[in-house]
Amino acid sequence: MARVVVNVALKPEILDPQGRAVQGAFGRLGLTGVTDVRQGKQFVLTVDGEVTPAKLEEIKHIAETLLSNPVIEDFTVEVQA
Amino acid sequence: MSVDNVASAKANSDVEQPFAALGLKLDEYERIKEILGRRPTSSELAMYSVMWSEHCSYKSSKVHLRQFGDKVPANDSMLVGIGENAGVVDIGDGWAVTFKVESHNHPSYVEPYQGAATGIGGIVRDIISMGARPVAVMDPLRFGAPEHPDTRRVVNGIVAGIGGYGNCLGLPNIGGEIVFDPSYQGNPLVNALCVGTMKHEDIHLAKASGVGNSVILYGARTGGDGIGGVSVLASETFDADGPAKRPSVQVGDPFMEKLLIECTLEVLHAGLVEGIQDLGGAGISCATSELASNGEGGMHVWLDRVLLRDSTLSPEEILMSESQERMCAVVEPSKVDAFLDVCKKWDIEAVVIGEVNASGRLTVDWHGEQIVDVPPRSVAHDGPVYERPYARPDWMDARQADAPTAERLARPNSAEAVRETLLRMVAAPNLAAKTWVTSQYDRYVRGNTVLAQPEDSGMIRVDEVTGRGIAVSTDCNARFAALDPYRGAQLAFAESYRNVATTGARPLAVTNCLNFGSPEDPSVMWQFEQAVTGLADACLDMGTPVTGGNVSFYNQTGDVAIHPTPVIGVLGVIDDVNKRTGMEWKTAGESIFVLGVTRDELAGSEWAHEIHGHLGGMPPVLDLAVEKNLAEVLLEASKTDLITAAHDVADGGLAQAFVEMAIRADRGATINLPEDQDSFVFLWSESASRAVVVAPHHHDQALVALCSRYGIAVTHVGSVDDTTELHFRGVYGGEVSATIDELRAASEAVLPKLFG
Repeated sequence: MARVVVNVALKPEILDPQGRAVQGAFGRLGLTGVTDVRQGKQFVLTVDGEVTPAKLEEIKHIAETLLSNPVIEDFTVEVQA
Repeated sequence: MSVDNVASAKANSDVEQPFAALGLKLDEYERIKEILGRRPTSSELAMYSVMWSEHCSYKSSKVHLRQFGDKVPANDSMLVGIGENAGVVDIGDGWAVTFKVESHNHPSYVEPYQGAATGIGGIVRDIISMGARPVAVMDPLRFGAPEHPDTRRVVNGIVAGIGGYGNCLGLPNIGGEIVFDPSYQGNPLVNALCVGTMKHEDIHLAKASGVGNSVILYGARTGGDGIGGVSVLASETFDADGPAKRPSVQVGDPFMEKLLIECTLEVLHAGLVEGIQDLGGAGISCATSELASNGEGGMHVWLDRVLLRDSTLSPEEILMSESQERMCAVVEPSKVDAFLDVCKKWDIEAVVIGEVNASGRLTVDWHGEQIVDVPPRSVAHDGPVYERPYARPDWMDARQADAPTAERLARPNSAEAVRETLLRMVAAPNLAAKTWVTSQYDRYVRGNTVLAQPEDSGMIRVDEVTGRGIAVSTDCNARFAALDPYRGAQLAFAESYRNVATTGARPLAVTNCLNFGSPEDPSVMWQFEQAVTGLADACLDMGTPVTGGNVSFYNQTGDVAIHPTPVIGVLGVIDDVNKRTGMEWKTAGESIFVLGVTRDELAGSEWAHEIHGHLGGMPPVLDLAVEKNLAEVLLEASKTDLITAAHDVADGGLAQAFVEMAIRADRGATINLPEDQDSFVFLWSESASRAVVVAPHHHDQALVALCSRYGIAVTHVGSVDDTTELHFRGVYGGEVSATIDELRAASEAVLPKLFG
């Protein structure tokens, strides 16, 4: 059993209204010094057996076509032992 | 970081500049050098490239669009005409209305949700920059073939984007169109219309007057969104394998836009603003150069004062950024503090970025270095103008000769076949109920929506005391325009005009969104020239001025252009919305009449498209005098209570009109087909200038007399009854019946099945 974590976030140049709303809440709750908040999402995939390079490629493909919108989002894929 | 400044542009004239990558042609680049007497700095090049793009400069369309100004009819209701952010029309009682439609086609193909959402955001800012409160939006949409795998992605994204943004803003979406045709497969059309209302004294214009006045940028921060979106995206054809260039897409924030609306209306009403401009395509470049060009002609901008979302942006990128939800205002120095206080109240960031001066130049500094020094008119208004060659394509003859005669296309010729055709046509994606889409939009928020989809036009109450209101419709059968762009544009206008009159509102003004292929193709340019001329001639004839509009070129994939799609919006006024005419018949015993003449006109019809996939022949004939008289009949009959319901006859012909009225009313009727006419032609012809009206039985004679006074043909075809069936008699000697439940089920199942 291995775990593959896919992190998806809006590209840095894209406006993140949710992140901005969270940042606004920080100020109201008294947390100062936070200059920017970017919100993303994380997918944790539990994989049967070993994560072979072929399997990893498949996951990357899925990350690009299903889990993220490559027009406005970036993603990273990370294998956890 | 070193920046290309004016001094170094003067000193080093031989620097190679990426004008071509920015979309400028060599002669355009040479002209910039001529205007400046030196090479442009990289910031100046950025400004010129976006402002001289097709999207911003109208360089291919300008010579033809002049007709809208030259052929303007005498109509004293126009308060502000073409050239401002949006035209303004007087609707009486001191009220004025502004409305405009714009395209957001290319971004919506690349990123359907955000493309469509920011399309709404952009048109709403146009309306608020005139000083009006936005009260409704509408969306004329065109998609590729319904069964094509990519259509689902595009439809779902666009519909969700429009709903998401519009619903968050709290604006009712009161109508529009949804049309499927393979010609839009790689180029869906997303046109967005917004209507705003105001009192006459609240009208504002985009100009920077008053030397010494401050220029304030307020709203969202500037980021790297859509940089070059205008010059690269909207002014270039997609390759056949889809969008190769993927510039960062703009992402909208409707909650910020809502604050921007309230903040802008408050500063305008408080008298704190001299001139105002929204930031759309070409961002700060456009706002500063247009404000300066419309005012006394000079402005200085400290670009490093612009609040950024991303501190690494270069000055060129800041000038070109298309970040959403930003506005620019010109404010007297003594009122700046009050202005900033209002912004603060609405939680909106604002900063003074410049000052109006009398230099006649637009100058921009970046950390003490001058990076722009240009005559603002040369950027904003004196862009290149092209007399592009146009020629009627050879294939038009063959297309127009291929008429859908009974020999060419098999027609139903028995009662049985008519029933089968009826059920097929009701479930044609272009005719089917659009409920699946419109139920994703908020149609009644703000509480002033009187009519919305599926009625003939959207209607909004403007004055809650007197009941004064407005009606708006948008229409275009692009197949007609493909068969004859001149008449096709006139037919689109006539249908829109008729839709407004059908609801009991008097048509007042016209706006348009002209969607075409590449202007570099003489065939496309010919279609464009014909459509503009047709529309201008029709507006002159009918006495309705064009108050503004939008042109979208380069809607093509490879060499294949979309059908010419001149979407026409007509705005009308009604003294009291309580007197409106709805489309559903009400009670048993009412008489059903067809107004107008039905001819054998099936070219470009929904029947030819849906059943045979055929496009050929000449579109229906149009007599504008008849159209105007029909509107007069509809208006007078509505005002004098001669009719209880009316419905426009267009796509799908009379058969579709009867079906829609029956479904809306949930009540049956019997229709007796005229004996002297072919049943199929009567039911599915799309002859222009027709409407179905319903009169209480005792008003029959008065209605017939009214029609004869205006020379409008009137045929009594049947009556409303207590059944739950639509019943046709005299169909090739037989009868055809369909229950309303059966028709509704067939109609409403289509879109959810395709896209749900």
